[in-house]
Amino acid sequence: MRGGADPAGALRRLASYPHHALTWVDERGYPQSVVVRTTIDAAAGIVRIDRPAGVRVPPARELSLTGSHIRPMPGYGYDERRHLTVWGLPEADDDLGRLVVRPVAVWGWDEAETPFFEYAERSVGQSKRYLTRLSADLHRVVRPRLDLGWLILRATRLPFLSATLVPILLGIAVAAAAGSFDPPSALLTIVGGCAVQLGLNVANDVFDTQSGADDFNVNPTPYSGGSRVIQYGLVSFRAMALLAAALVAAGAAIGLVLLAARGSAALLLIGLVGLVVGIAYTAPPLRLAYHGLGELAVGFGFGPLMLLGAYVVQTGGAISASAVWASLPVAILVALILYVNEIPDRPADAAAGKRTLPVRFGRGPVLRGYRLAAGATFGIIVMGAGLGLLPLTALVAVVAYPAARGVASGLARAYDQPYALMPVMASQIQLHLVVGGLLVLAFVASAATTALVPGARLFLSW
Amino acid sequence: MGWLPGPICELLEAALVAELTAVRPDGRAITYPLIPLWDGERIYMTSSILFSRKLDHLKRNPRVAVSLSDPVAMGGRADRATIQGDARIIEPDVHASWKRLLPLWRAKEPSIDWFLGQRVALPLFFERSTIEITPLRALYWPDGLAGTAPQEFAG
Repeated sequence: MRGGADPAGALRRLASYPHHALTWVDERGYPQSVVVRTTIDAAAGIVRIDRPAGVRVPPARELSLTGSHIRPMPGYGYDERRHLTVWGLPEADDDLGRLVVRPVAVWGWDEAETPFFEYAERSVGQSKRYLTRLSADLHRVVRPRLDLGWLILRATRLPFLSATLVPILLGIAVAAAAGSFDPPSALLTIVGGCAVQLGLNVANDVFDTQSGADDFNVNPTPYSGGSRVIQYGLVSFRAMALLAAALVAAGAAIGLVLLAARGSAALLLIGLVGLVVGIAYTAPPLRLAYHGLGELAVGFGFGPLMLLGAYVVQTGGAISASAVWASLPVAILVALILYVNEIPDRPADAAAGKRTLPVRFGRGPVLRGYRLAAGATFGIIVMGAGLGLLPLTALVAVVAYPAARGVASGLARAYDQPYALMPVMASQIQLHLVVGGLLVLAFVASAATTALVPGARLFLSW
Repeated sequence: MGWLPGPICELLEAALVAELTAVRPDGRAITYPLIPLWDGERIYMTSSILFSRKLDHLKRNPRVAVSLSDPVAMGGRADRATIQGDARIIEPDVHASWKRLLPLWRAKEPSIDWFLGQRVALPLFFERSTIEITPLRALYWPDGLAGTAPQEFAG
């Protein structure tokens, strides 16, 4: 709340504080505060203040009244932070000799209304201006810092690597179940895939900074709104652009090594399509994420493309229906990670012209879309096992279905509360990891069974 | 050691939050709730660069008041005090120099260690300046009531 906003409304709020400190600037230029007894008449827009004993309140000098509140939490600290100050000049005393103040300006913060993270985010500009002035005062550049490890983790959004590891490991496992497994190339695939994803994460920040989407966002969470290292001044735009290029180049170089080693036309095609989709995701002219196609692009890239890429590296080029089918649940669940994360970002995305699905559609269709897609994921797994495209052990992944229902109900509950959505976003990431991990284990079990019991198969055959 | 009387020192040691009032360039008094840290001689507070307007005000005008007013934030104590003093901003390294106050901070807000462990999530919040306040004059209300004249102390 800024100065000048709704003094009458502020008085109603001020009345809810159990004590009020009257403050003025004394004759020596120092502030002076006294907790006073007040009678607040919000309708009339005035506060009547019992004159404090033994302290002279100067006439015709601006006074402020402040209420502040916390809830102590022994062993932790405190929460429920809020404070409110109103300012006004004293008017003529009332007939009981009380000071009468009619507030004209208001300032305060209530973390129940503006969550701390949002309050802090809205103050980033203030911090930048302060550091600029401090740098001038100290005659050296003062920048915010993070330890290198934390900075790398934050700038690359390292914890999101599960999006890459799941499809690649699944592709390798599907190939192993089909009798193809080459550990060195499997390792290279993992490293290359991770480099590409980290590069794309960084590139996404670069392009979202360029478009203004990350700057507009005042409700970032650990799962959405980008890494913000550029916004916070932790890493320069240029350094992030270079990092993105270096990571993507490293991933592409590993891809070329694998291509040379395997000589597969399918791998070349997958690599080229992946490169185009990865760049087109946020880069002009296509900017898929800005046209409601980002979810599809992410599902395609971190589903069939990654999985089939890892698969053909192992098989030397052959693609199976089983591998394609196995990629579908993973594709849907990874697209849903983005879809869920876009829900709190939608005001900032809309402001930047990023027409994601949650921006394009209202709450009802977005929630129905989640339920439909999540339900389809498990339907595809059951159907795949029934058709003999997935091993029967894959059916164990259905145990995660209640978690998907939990995400759906969490979305419905906290749709408009960015910070309340944080555990829901975390649950969706875990859902992708758990279902993907169980599918990997299902194929590993199939490969192990075939190895241990020649001729035995965990697939239904028709 | 400082000259503040025992009961005010006890309030400073107990208070989870105190109200720091600075004077803006336009002469208006503006109040910020902050954790007061008391080393027996001076009052210390810290401010993130995210919320740095108070630091700008204090650099222009160091005259401040620290009000100990909320019984809930002072472990249920009913007595109250206001301390006037001069503030100095200490910020040779906003990334780390404030950390010397961590033992005092930890005593009031044990969760600070957990939050500091999450520094990667709140990097700008932990870029902080230290506010050092030298007490010059204090008013003390033993019963906490403004209807009773306060005891006055000066350093």
